[in-house]
Amino acid sequence: MKKQLVPPLSEKQVRQLKVGDIVSITGQMVTARDKAYARAIELLRAGKRLPLDLRGGIVYHCGPLAIKNKNGWKILSAGPTTSARLDSMQAEFIERTGVRALVGKGGLSENIADALTRLGCVYLAFTGGAGVLAGQAIKEVQKIFWRDLGDAEALWVLRVQDFGPLVVAVDTFGNNLYASKIRLMKATGGSGSRRNDMLRNGRRRHP
Amino acid sequence: MLRRAATTLPKDVIEALEKCRRRGRDKVAILQFECMLKNLELARKLSAPICQDTGTPIFFVKLGNDLKLDFDLISGLRKAVMEATRSIPLRANLVDPLNRVNTKTNVGDGMPAVHTELVPGKRLQIDLLVKGAGAENWSRLYMLRPSERELIERAVLLTIGEAGGQPCPPTVVGVGIGGSAEVACLLAKKALLRPLDEPNKDRQLARLEHRFTRAANELGIGPMGLGGKTTVLGVHIEKASCHTASLPVAINLQCWAARRASAKLVGDRMRVEVP
Repeated sequence: MKKQLVPPLSEKQVRQLKVGDIVSITGQMVTARDKAYARAIELLRAGKRLPLDLRGGIVYHCGPLAIKNKNGWKILSAGPTTSARLDSMQAEFIERTGVRALVGKGGLSENIADALTRLGCVYLAFTGGAGVLAGQAIKEVQKIFWRDLGDAEALWVLRVQDFGPLVVAVDTFGNNLYASKIRLMKATGGSGSRRNDMLRNGRRRHP
Repeated sequence: MLRRAATTLPKDVIEALEKCRRRGRDKVAILQFECMLKNLELARKLSAPICQDTGTPIFFVKLGNDLKLDFDLISGLRKAVMEATRSIPLRANLVDPLNRVNTKTNVGDGMPAVHTELVPGKRLQIDLLVKGAGAENWSRLYMLRPSERELIERAVLLTIGEAGGQPCPPTVVGVGIGGSAEVACLLAKKALLRPLDEPNKDRQLARLEHRFTRAANELGIGPMGLGGKTTVLGVHIEKASCHTASLPVAINLQCWAARRASAKLVGDRMRVEVP
């Protein structure tokens, strides 16, 4: 059965979720990606406040495609963006904002998954590319903050209904659906040093 | 052509995704394919972009030697992209590479990319690929040693493996072997234009494609990286002759929303082909 998540979420609620659970969201969800993450961290480090309280909230890694008509904003396509791009900021962002769930695609690196366990936050995967399907569940654009960052990078405050299906892909028990694949990949990758040579530095000794 | 590419997928891609759903065993994997197919249906019905990352358009132009154009093709394509950005609409994705200021039109310095090839006769064909950043960011170029033929497969698998769920698998994998550095990259991207149900005409390459596809699907990455047996929809390889002392191998991934379209000159009009 699909479980409904209605933010604000409590730590206890989030710590009950397990990888493979299918959930959906009803309520408020806020988009954020590279530039918004950086600005939020900068503000919070300086002891300033964000334009909205994200404690217990759900952040969606997304840069929506929307048009504005006389009734306000209409979402056309709003699927998830690659979450791993934000990995270097992820842990600090979660810690400082107090968000309890991230929605994105493609997964997080293993050390960030560990941080999620510590901080009590889950990662929910939505099917990448399914932008229209996501858009259908977005009922209202309540507010847009930080439009100076560009529309794709701004904070879109969305009211969603039955937003999903989402797969719990990283839980607070240290389970990471993506990690097992990384290990599998490593197992097929051959000897480490040669592999890294090829991957990172190209071949050093050229003819 | 730009609308068609943004809002629908070619038949061969839809069929491949349907086959994946039918063959799926894992609950989470099947759910991903169901979402993809449901999304395609909605996008077609609403004529809305399949994915909010409407990508950057990459044009491949085959221009007949004997054809005289009474207009500027490049500026025509630029205008088309601007118009499509406004009317479909497409998300404005193009920025200055250093100061990151958005051009707001999807047109900028040297973009959209237009790769032109001269062909005999009076033909004019324009093929379009729509490339999102999630997949394009995993492009790789390896300059291997000529003796390292066996590393080609490993380079391809490492690229797919390292990318994991990030390029929105199951991906279409374009591989360019030989040529020079930039020729290999271009071949890898051009390989993505070939329909999934069309086998490689070169038998040796067809065998390699089959082998690489099977090996990639054994990586276990699965749809959207959530695990499963379908990591790639197909591997397409193109090759060119190269210097006796080099072996360039380029890899270019395309997400499952493998958007492409074609237009051909028929009489004195361009006709958009249903791919």
